[in-house]
This record gives sequence, C-alpha cells and structure tokens, in this order.
Amino acid sequence: MNPNYELDPDEVAYNFGFLDEFAKREVRRAILKAIAIPGYQTPYASREMPMGRGFGTGGLQLTLALVGPDDRLKVIDQGSDDSVNAVNLRRFIELTCPGVDTTEATREATLIQSRHRIPEHPLGEDQVLVLQVPYPDPLVLVEPSERKRKAMHGEGDYSRLLTRLYEDIVQFEEITIAHRYPTRIAAHYVIDPSPIPRYDVPRLHHSPALILLGAGRERKIYAVPPYTDAVPLAFDDVPFRVEAFLDPDGVRRPCARCGATDTYLDEFLDAAGAKVYQCSDSHCCNERCLSGQQEGAR
Amino acid sequence: MEPVLRVEGLAKQFLLHEQGERIPSCAEVFLEAWEGRLTALVGPTGAGKSSVLKCIYRTYLPSAGRMLYRDRAGRLLDLARAGEHEMLELRRGELGFVTQFLYCLPRRSALDVVAEPLVAQGVDRGAARDRAGAMLSRLCVPERLWGVPPATFSGGEKQRVNLARGLLGRPRLLLLDEPTASLDPATAERAVEVIQSMKADRVAMLAIFHHPHLVTRLADQVVELGQPLAACAGKDH
Amino acid sequence: MRTILEVAGLSKIYGHGCPLCAEATGPDRDTNLCRHCGSVVAALDVDLRLHEGEILGIMGESGSGKSTLVRLLYFDEPPSRGTATWHDPALPPVDLFTLDAARQRRLRNHKFGMVYQNPHLGLNFNVSAGGNIAERLLMSDLANYGEIRGRARELLARTEVQLERMDESPRTFSGGMQQRVQIAKALATRPALLLLDEVTTGLDLSVQARILDLILEIQQELRTAMVVVTHDLGVIRLLAGRTIVMKYGRVIESGLTDQVLEDPQHAYTQRLVASSL
Repeated sequence: MNPNYELDPDEVAYNFGFLDEFAKREVRRAILKAIAIPGYQTPYASREMPMGRGFGTGGLQLTLALVGPDDRLKVIDQGSDDSVNAVNLRRFIELTCPGVDTTEATREATLIQSRHRIPEHPLGEDQVLVLQVPYPDPLVLVEPSERKRKAMHGEGDYSRLLTRLYEDIVQFEEITIAHRYPTRIAAHYVIDPSPIPRYDVPRLHHSPALILLGAGRERKIYAVPPYTDAVPLAFDDVPFRVEAFLDPDGVRRPCARCGATDTYLDEFLDAAGAKVYQCSDSHCCNERCLSGQQEGAR
Repeated sequence: MEPVLRVEGLAKQFLLHEQGERIPSCAEVFLEAWEGRLTALVGPTGAGKSSVLKCIYRTYLPSAGRMLYRDRAGRLLDLARAGEHEMLELRRGELGFVTQFLYCLPRRSALDVVAEPLVAQGVDRGAARDRAGAMLSRLCVPERLWGVPPATFSGGEKQRVNLARGLLGRPRLLLLDEPTASLDPATAERAVEVIQSMKADRVAMLAIFHHPHLVTRLADQVVELGQPLAACAGKDH
Repeated sequence: MRTILEVAGLSKIYGHGCPLCAEATGPDRDTNLCRHCGSVVAALDVDLRLHEGEILGIMGESGSGKSTLVRLLYFDEPPSRGTATWHDPALPPVDLFTLDAARQRRLRNHKFGMVYQNPHLGLNFNVSAGGNIAERLLMSDLANYGEIRGRARELLARTEVQLERMDESPRTFSGGMQQRVQIAKALATRPALLLLDEVTTGLDLSVQARILDLILEIQQELRTAMVVVTHDLGVIRLLAGRTIVMKYGRVIESGLTDQVLEDPQHAYTQRLVASSL
C-alpha cells in the first residue's frame, strides 16, 4: 500500500470507517446476537473489502463496525505490531477513519485487532479484542456436511471431536493440537478460538474484556463475552496443557531479547543458523527491554 | 387330583395352499396328563401321535379343540388360544419337549446345549453346567464328548443330548417323542430309570414310545389314536 | 414379561402416494410399485410387539420391507404413517415418531443399537476400532480417557476382536471382524433394544456361526431385546423366539418361530419354508 496516498477531496466524503452506517449497524446486530449466544457462529453478510479473503476481512469488518473517532486502536499479527499485515491493516484503518489514534501499547488501546495471538498484557473491561478467524467451525475436521454440523452444535454433540482427541492420545500419548484448540464456551458451544496457540487459550476464560471473532470468508461472527467460562476440551485424566518452552534440561527458556520467562516465545534461526527464542508479543518485549535498561542504568 | 393337562376334541389338519389339499393329521383327541404320571400315546404310524404333542407345544396350531393346561400357579388356560409371549414363558419354565430333532448353534458344546434351559431360567451358568454334566453321565454320554458341539454326534448321541436337555429343566409337563428310539438297550434302560425318577419329582409326562414294552413299563395311562374317535383305554396303576 | 415396543400401522411409501396405492400393491399384486402414481410401498400397516429381552425375527425376501422397518425404528428415515410406542420403565409411554429430532437422536445413541449388513454404515472407517467404540461412549458424557479405553477394550474382547488390533482402522479387518466391531459398538451404551439387519449375510458359514453364538450369549447376559432381520430360515430358527414374515411390505404371518417354520399357515410362508435348502 502506498504510504503517501491521500484520499481525493471528493472521496473524503466517503463514510468514516469505510463501511456505510447501515452496514455497520447490521454487523453490530450480529455482534450483539453473538454475545447473547456465547460461542454460537452467527451468520452475517460479509462485505467486499479492498483486500483478499484470508487477509483478515472478518476481523476488519468487526473493527470498522465498532471503531469511533475517540478510539485508540492496536493491530498486531503473530504478536507483532510491525509485521506486514498488521501495518497494512493499521494504515487502512487510519486512512478510512480520519482522526483515530493508533498505539502499540496494549494497555492504552480501546480496540485491539489481532491475528494468531492474544497480547501478553492482561486486558480490562473497557477493552475489546477482535480476533481474525480462517475457519470458524471446529467440527469441520470431522464432518463435511454443514447441515449435520449445525445439528451437532445444536445438540452439543461433540463426540466425534472428542474421538479425534482420543485417537491422538492413543497414537501420541497426548493431544497434539497446537493451535485452534477446540474450546467449550458457557458449557455448550465448542468454538475454534482462531489460530491462537494453546498458550493463549486460558486467557479466554473469564476475560474482563469482550472477545469477538470474525471469519470474513466464512461469513460468521462469534463471541466470548466477558467473564464467561471457556474450557478447552480434554479428558478428566488427560488434562489440557500449555506449551512449556523447556530446554532439554527441563529449564524454562527465557526470551533472548528481554529475558522474560512468562511469555509465549517464537522460535527463530539467527544469522549463524542457531535457534533463538524470543517473545512473540513485540510490545511486551520492547517494554521489558526498556525497563531492563532502566534497571541496568540505575 | 386335577389333571395338569386336559385335551378335548383336538384336531389338526394341514391346509397346503400350493397343492390345494387338506391333509388331516389327527382328530377328536381326548387325553389327560397328571402330576407324577406318564400318559402314553399309542397308535399306528400316521395316526398323528407326534402332531398331538406338537399341538400341545404349539409348534402346530390346532385346527379345533381345547388344550386346558393348569400352570404352577394354579391358573387354567387353553394352550390353543394362549398368546405367543405366554407360550414362550411356559416353554421356558413349565413345558418341556424332547423331540427327534436337535437344533442348536454349531459352536455350542453339548454341555452348554444341555445347560441352556436352566440358564434361561436364571440358574448360574456354572451350576447349570454341573447339573448338565451329571445328567449326561446318567445317560451314558462320555465326558470327552461334553465339550464337543453335538452337530457331529451320531443319532443316538444326539438323542441323549436332547433327552438330557429336556429332563434337566424339570418342567411341569414334559412331552416325549420317541425318546429312546435310537438308543442301545443299555442306554435305553438308563433313560427309563431317569424317566421313572421324573415321576417322583411330580413331572407330568405325555410320551410316544417306539417299543410297546416301554409303554408297559412306564405308562400309567394309555391313549390310543388311529381312529377318528380316540379310545381312552384304561390302564390305571 | 414387559412390552417395550409396540408398533402399530407403520407404513413407508416412497413417492407422494395415492389412495389406490394400498390395493395396487402387495403380495396379491406381486409388486411394491403402485401403477397409478409410481410410488413404492416399502411397508404398509405393520404391527408388532416386542417384549423386554426377547428376540423377534423378521423374515422376508428382498423387497419385503424388513430392512425398511428397522431403518424406520432407528430413525434413519421418517415413516409415512404409524406409531411406535416405546415403554421405558422410568417414563410414560411415548410414540417415538412424535419426538423431536434431538430426542430421537438421544434415544438412538443411548437406548437403541443398530448393526447394519454393510459395516460402512455402522462404523467410521477413518477412526480406529477402539475409537469407534469411544465415539459412542463419548456421546454419553463419559469423560475419562482411561475408562473409555478400558470399556472399549472390554467390549472388543467380548466380541472376540483381536485386542492387538484395536487401534487399527476397521478398513483392514475381515468382514466377520468388522461385524463384531459393529456389535461391540452397538452394545457400548447397553441398549435396551438392538436392531440387527442381515448381520451375517454374506459372511462365511463358520464366521456366521460365531457371530450368532455371540448374539445369543449377549442376549442371555444382558437381556437386550433384539430384532433380527434376515432372509435365512436357519438364522431365524436359531435366534428368534417369535417371527414375523413379510412380503411386499406387508406382514404375511406371525407367530412362534417353530410354528411359523413347521406349520406355516399362509401360502407364501409355506412356499418359503419349502424352498429352503
């Protein structure tokens, strides 16, 4: 996207937030319905957006329906504010929502759009998190027919999904799902929480912030309302586990940049080809580095 | 003493639709059976003796007549009109039939075949098999055959299995269709002993015998078939 | 002996049906197809009654409607007419066909079991044999992996499936073993009613004997009521206490099995019995 692009004066008359107000209202209605039925995949008429499907159009429509001139927006992709997709989305929103503030600081944002991660810093009641979802339905793994999937969701019959977990344990002695871990919301609907890692799934449970999930291509919106039960599927005797990031000696790896031992780490290869582990949440990592330097300076 | 079974005017004919024929089997049969007594059915071949037994057991549907049966609880019912579930219950607990044929699963051992009626009555399988073994011994079935499926047995061996199964159930009314026909004299003798002992157990019996001397030895009453009006020849002991 | 199922006037017509369907089809007309409207009368006015723990045989040739009947009872398809009253000791009697889809599925998953002639209909071949059983157990809120696996193992052992193969897909199993996995799966929830649709048809005789034996043992042990559908007189004689004979969707004759086989009343039954090898 051309960073020097400016809207023509007569195009400036375009609506705040790209979508017309009627479209935004319909999306908000779908959001309200999704909140009223936690975990239910609410269908909506996903609009044509100026980027391809698969680039976050679902999350974007949610953000554009909610954003106002007083909002402060944070956009991240894989935890980072400065990855290409995050930058493009943020610029688009800045362009179509003149006057909106953007920030990298999690605690300052009122609206956060994210792909594949939930920020490390805990969210508050006055914040809304929007997650980008490729495929909303966890049952698509075991049942190709949408009609049958709807019946299974309606009856809370997730036995085929649980069987998949059983087969994992039989074969690998543990559940091998790394991301998109099926999670039961408010004791009924099981959702695909989007490709967030297992590490982030516990953040859904009783979150003070509202969490919205949008799938543009699949035309579904769903929600985990604040303070709602979000329980990952597991067995009584094979409980849900998050990534441990242990080295071969069983010691928790720290971030190579900031030294944190309580964040989700990405694995890189450095110039020499060695494995390096670093915080996935770039803002959090930057903050810690900064406070570490300040510590060091004292 | 009230009879366990009173058959009045029993008649059976087969209606063969394909051939358009009516085949009479037996007619105007009157007989009674009492606790602890054996009534023998005699008559020439084709007189319908087996048919009478099969009608009582409801393998055949009687064409006419009544078969009044007094069950263990003292109730009187007409077997000709009894419901199917009622008949199944009676067959499980009170009515026994030792036929010429042995229908059983190819894999069942002789011991299990004999024990089956007891198991159906709720007896523990182990105990049932013990009693089955005892009965098979009494009827001279060697132990080496107990674990073998009877499909491969000789006619006589099959008959002993059939007999053992029928006698073990201790029914209230036992129907016997030529129970010793294929047995050698020694085993036949054993069978006779067991049948005699059934009388002591108050089992009522209705039997067809191959050999007239068995009728002499075992029957307390003889009913002769062969004529349209069956004569009730008295031979009360 | 308690009645658990009472079927009355059960009918299934494929097509829109017309007032002349009934008299245009049936054994007298030698067809299932109504010549006036082209509908297929697969089953018409079937009545039957099943008691707790009994085995009822349904005998008939192809096109008799016997398989249609069990499919209707298992909710694989809706009936055109008729009722099927289910008597659960803990609940008031209910007509199965008036229940909503969710309740029907509950009954299907918890109280009924079905074994199909074609194992592909009863088993999920993308999942291991043990997984198939786990799937059924997981429908009933069992949430302990160890218990589920233990019970699956128990059931497979009971149906004589080689335990070393419990984690393999049934795709690689012989026909007889596939049927045994199906039986194990159907029994997982200790159903009150088990429907068996030609389960031994097409299998080798020795395999057939083994499965029939198993079915009888299970019935004696668990007192499960069963409906056995078959065209094989030998199977009927061995398993069923009572039998109904069907032809072109109608019940031709019913009675105690030995009576139906040795003293058949209806012309068709007489022909059927006489033709058996």
